[in-house]
Amino acid sequence: MPQTIKSIHNPKVRLNILSEAEVRQIHTATLDVMESVGVRFPSHKALDILEAHGAQVDRQTMVAKIPGQLVEEYLAKAPPTYSLSALDPALDLPLDGTYSHLGTDGCGVEIIDAFSGERRMTTKQDVQDVARVADYLEAIAFHWVPISAQDCPPQSRSLHELEAVWSVSKKHVQTETIVNEREMRAAVEMAAMLAGGREALRKRPVLSIMQCTISPLAHDGGSLEAGLVAAEAGLPVGYMTMASCASTGPVTLAGDLVVGNAEVLGALVLMQMAHPGCPVYYAAAQTSTDLRTGAYTGGGPEDFLFGAATNVLADFYKVPLSMGAFATGAKEPDWQAGVDNSLSAFMAVSTLSDMLLGAGLLHGSRILSYEMLLMDSEIWSILQALYQGITVNEETLALDAIREVGPGGSFLAHKHTRRHMRERWQPTLMDRRPYNTWEAKRDGGREWAREKAQQILREYHPEPLEAGLRKELQKMIQRMES
Amino acid sequence: MSKEIFEKLTSSIIMGEPEATVEATQEALAAGIEPMDIIRQGLMPGMNVVGEKFSSGEYYLPDLIIAADGMRQAMELLEPELRARHQTLESAGTVVIGTVKGDIHEIGKSLVATMLSANGFKVIDLGVDVPTQKFVDKVKETGADMVGLSALLTTTMTVQREVIQALTVAGIRENVKVIVGGAPVTRGWAKDIGADGFAEDAMGAVAVAKQLMGKG
Repeated sequence: MPQTIKSIHNPKVRLNILSEAEVRQIHTATLDVMESVGVRFPSHKALDILEAHGAQVDRQTMVAKIPGQLVEEYLAKAPPTYSLSALDPALDLPLDGTYSHLGTDGCGVEIIDAFSGERRMTTKQDVQDVARVADYLEAIAFHWVPISAQDCPPQSRSLHELEAVWSVSKKHVQTETIVNEREMRAAVEMAAMLAGGREALRKRPVLSIMQCTISPLAHDGGSLEAGLVAAEAGLPVGYMTMASCASTGPVTLAGDLVVGNAEVLGALVLMQMAHPGCPVYYAAAQTSTDLRTGAYTGGGPEDFLFGAATNVLADFYKVPLSMGAFATGAKEPDWQAGVDNSLSAFMAVSTLSDMLLGAGLLHGSRILSYEMLLMDSEIWSILQALYQGITVNEETLALDAIREVGPGGSFLAHKHTRRHMRERWQPTLMDRRPYNTWEAKRDGGREWAREKAQQILREYHPEPLEAGLRKELQKMIQRMES
Repeated sequence: MSKEIFEKLTSSIIMGEPEATVEATQEALAAGIEPMDIIRQGLMPGMNVVGEKFSSGEYYLPDLIIAADGMRQAMELLEPELRARHQTLESAGTVVIGTVKGDIHEIGKSLVATMLSANGFKVIDLGVDVPTQKFVDKVKETGADMVGLSALLTTTMTVQREVIQALTVAGIRENVKVIVGGAPVTRGWAKDIGADGFAEDAMGAVAVAKQLMGKG
């Protein structure tokens, strides 16, 4: 059976979250910040590029002030649409503003074992196992490195993670764990080998790169330099702000958007100055700091608003968006997780965020739960049905059927019903059984999700990466390690 | 007169107005009030109220940090005066704190540093991207009771283990308690690398530090 991906396409339900005038106000405020306050780029390589293109650079503080017109000029060079390629071209993902694609979350440090239920540190084998389950799920369109291969050396860990995912899945991979130039060069070589050379990789980027900003208004030098290497190779590169209201960003949502926007735009402009026309994307997962503990929170109304608002900004700049959604702060796949992940995904898709991240992790992206991953897939299938909206035409108005059934009749066995009943949504984890059936075992979504995950892990073995290619990847990692 | 100034000190801390705290401290010194009395009768009662309001849920973390900042600014004025009188405030312990080599995330570490200071610890903040040897040298130099190691990345959290090993190699591991924290850091990890304490947030870090000093 050919593998399919169920992304959300042309959603019928849309949301107005920011007016054009409000987007302009945020844009103007952002340009003001970039020009008068500046953003820190702690890399001389990055500062050289910014300075050569007209930014005002302070080598002491490593802060670059970029005039607004430069920001607009270089952002305009970014391609508005492109595709994320997959090792299997049938699984390519168009980023053309009509799709929302769901990816896994990252990068967790613990996993709840699917069989023993034990919570433990994550390994390379776990990365591969989670990738296998994600490969199976139609809801998951692309991989993030979901968890850290902590049994591998830190200096090459990100490469081991890539190898683990590629060894079992032909879906697109977006990695967020490469934070220096050296590792990025090796990752580009690995991707080029799989794509069939550097030029082939440029045409079909099977790997895309996500880097984090350091809010407020700063970047990590390694992340910038790694991003530049990736951009040079033609891999789509995105910078993610996680500006958090009341700590790493202003407490007000609009102000937080401005701070995050300045960080992301700063990096995207840098990429366009260095490699004009290279594919880039906006990435964001803003939140509100927990006011009792100061901790990062996953979920809550502020997150949901950011999820919808950020895509309006990305659309304004005509670049795709990779948006942190799902990624609940809950400790278990429970009520809180369901509320968080449903609402955040709903809001992000309502403005057509191109990529959504966050399936499968608990506790603010720290703990992988297979149960959660399966439940997130079910949430995605609900959204898929929801976003199809209501089709109104002669056939769906069903006048013939209504005439034939008439007052007091039943539509249950009518041909019109049979013709369309497969369009109705079917749960796999929601419990719609009679009460007494439930009472006999008192089981439900969690148990079924766990059983399904166990079944996938036992039975689903996708065609592995050709042994020769895998060996080649391993050799490349070894070379980098020595 | 002095009662009025004490009230001004206390309320400025509670209201979160560091400028007013500094002003009242200067006023108190000018009026000849003893620095120890300024602390015990003016500033501390304010900090206690803030602590109570935070515990009861009325105050949020920013209230606590602003109060601590007022306290810190007042102490900067008072410390030279205490030294001149050969007086010392009892310290809960000395803590060397920093974000480990390769990691430039600051905010969590600084929050812990602020909360430890506000709770009577002497804090030496080495900043971010701190070389492993610098932690060792600073502990030796200051005779610190405790080291706090922060890491936000899964790749830099392994450096926490390296610092603990370096303390052992330097022969001072027995003299100092090590507490670790950061988003990816778990209790299991802390135990695995042989840290003495671990907390998930700043208030938790204070509780652990007090406990390790035998004052919890």
